[in-house]
Amino acid sequence: MRPPCDPSKFVADAVKNIPPSGIRRFFDLVSGLEDIVSLGVGEPDFITPWHIREMCIHSLEKGQTSYTSNYGLPDLRDELTRTYYSRYGLDYDPSSEILITTGVSEALDIAVRTVVNPGDEVIIVQPSYVAYVPSVVLAGGKPVIVSTHRDDDFSLTAEALKPAITNKTKAIILNFPNNPTGAIMTQEDLEGIADLVVENDLFVISDEVYECLTYGSKHVPFSSLEGMKERTVMLNGFSKAYAMTGLRLGFAMGSPEIIHSMMMIHQYSMLCAPITAQIGAIEALRNGKDEMERMVREYDRRRHFIVRGFNRIGLDCCNPRGAFYAFPYIGNTGLSSSEFAERLLDEKKVVTIPGDVFGEAGEGFLRCAYAASIDDIRKALDRMGDFVDGLKL
Amino acid sequence: MDEKIRHILEILENDARTSPEEIASLTDMSAQEVSQTIAKLEETGVIRHYKTIVDWDLVGENYVYAVIELKVTLERNQGYQAIAERIYKFPEVRSVRLLSGNYDISLTVRGKSMKDVAFFVAEKIATLDQVQSTSTHFVLKTYKEDGVILHEPETITRLPVSF
Repeated sequence: MRPPCDPSKFVADAVKNIPPSGIRRFFDLVSGLEDIVSLGVGEPDFITPWHIREMCIHSLEKGQTSYTSNYGLPDLRDELTRTYYSRYGLDYDPSSEILITTGVSEALDIAVRTVVNPGDEVIIVQPSYVAYVPSVVLAGGKPVIVSTHRDDDFSLTAEALKPAITNKTKAIILNFPNNPTGAIMTQEDLEGIADLVVENDLFVISDEVYECLTYGSKHVPFSSLEGMKERTVMLNGFSKAYAMTGLRLGFAMGSPEIIHSMMMIHQYSMLCAPITAQIGAIEALRNGKDEMERMVREYDRRRHFIVRGFNRIGLDCCNPRGAFYAFPYIGNTGLSSSEFAERLLDEKKVVTIPGDVFGEAGEGFLRCAYAASIDDIRKALDRMGDFVDGLKL
Repeated sequence: MDEKIRHILEILENDARTSPEEIASLTDMSAQEVSQTIAKLEETGVIRHYKTIVDWDLVGENYVYAVIELKVTLERNQGYQAIAERIYKFPEVRSVRLLSGNYDISLTVRGKSMKDVAFFVAEKIATLDQVQSTSTHFVLKTYKEDGVILHEPETITRLPVSF
């Protein structure tokens, strides 16, 4: 008889040390509950537009199921070049400055691994998407947190960023339009950041996956600022703009040096992004503008509806100008974010995400996705109103 | 087009019963402002009509629909408008369109039975001086009407929680 063995001892320390994601507990709490209304979903509630799905199906019928170039299908990279030139005048060479990835998640992982040496400090602006800190830690880097605040509409100011920079700082991870706050950055806001980037010789990893979802003002890619193209890798994807989350397709745009280096990792870890999704993405770029704009207008209406609703029930909520999240303040209820969210789920069956999941700066807030039908949003607001009223008694 | 007007029109095109109060909360306007804008859109004919798409089959009212293709000859001083007007005044006629291609005008006709529709076409349409020929296609099933899928719409299943 060979002795029994505890396999957990084989797990590397770096992985063991990843803090548990706050969301797991929520999954467990939610499962089994009936009649729940969820504002906790970080993906569109639209189905991928039919013309995109139809193109994917057609490609499968034709038997297009092979590997593609490590960089991704040339047609897709050509379309991306055209798209970004026409949207912003950005000029990326399809043969050397674009890498197609399996979702922005993969692009983030390999971008971080490409630039971070062990011990390098990477500035992460919070509240923000949950993957940045673990990605930096897994690459051996040291995350340094900079907080944004409600008073600044959660945009990043140069004053807030400056004290966090040391001689070990290598890069900054930006995420605007922001998940979970819905904040955006204007050109003016970004210029101040760009000055600091140059002064301190930094690199910028800019996750712009919510690029197309802005309301009332046009997105400004960080790489479009003067002198920033070489210092930036833009991460982006099709999930949010074209409702293609499960198809897992993202891309990175940057200098040939960075993109080539990212490809060195990608070729061995992923080889290439799924071809079916790449074909769908070409169709999305070529013919998806109208549908995408229709979805954005729909989000815009829900945004007005939910923000007005929160303010009506006594939860102060500033106007998110991007993405599809509202970030109401619940600090004056006397509950912490997670107490509020857990009790709300338990007592009223409404799923929201506690703000502190996105970093300490999110404490006192709730992330509420308005990528949900108006009926669901109305139901959620009614129940939350009851819940808040109950707290006052 | 003004963005607010576009929002109002899209909301009403999707659901004409949406109240001014609800439209107001969707567009960051006041209910009064919404009502005034809608009144203006009605006045100027931008909003033509509000109607309901009914699946009559489900209440046992088995209407018969047919698409009729017409070839017409135009008379001196009379364009397509004149013939279209003659035709659309019949209540049995649900739509009239002038088309490019092999025939000129396409009608949708509704009747209580196939016989009804056939007689209507034979007696009222084919006999018009300007009508050269008719071709009647009975509708066997309607899957989608004016943007509305008349059967189970697609639904999306998502995880209840994700980042």
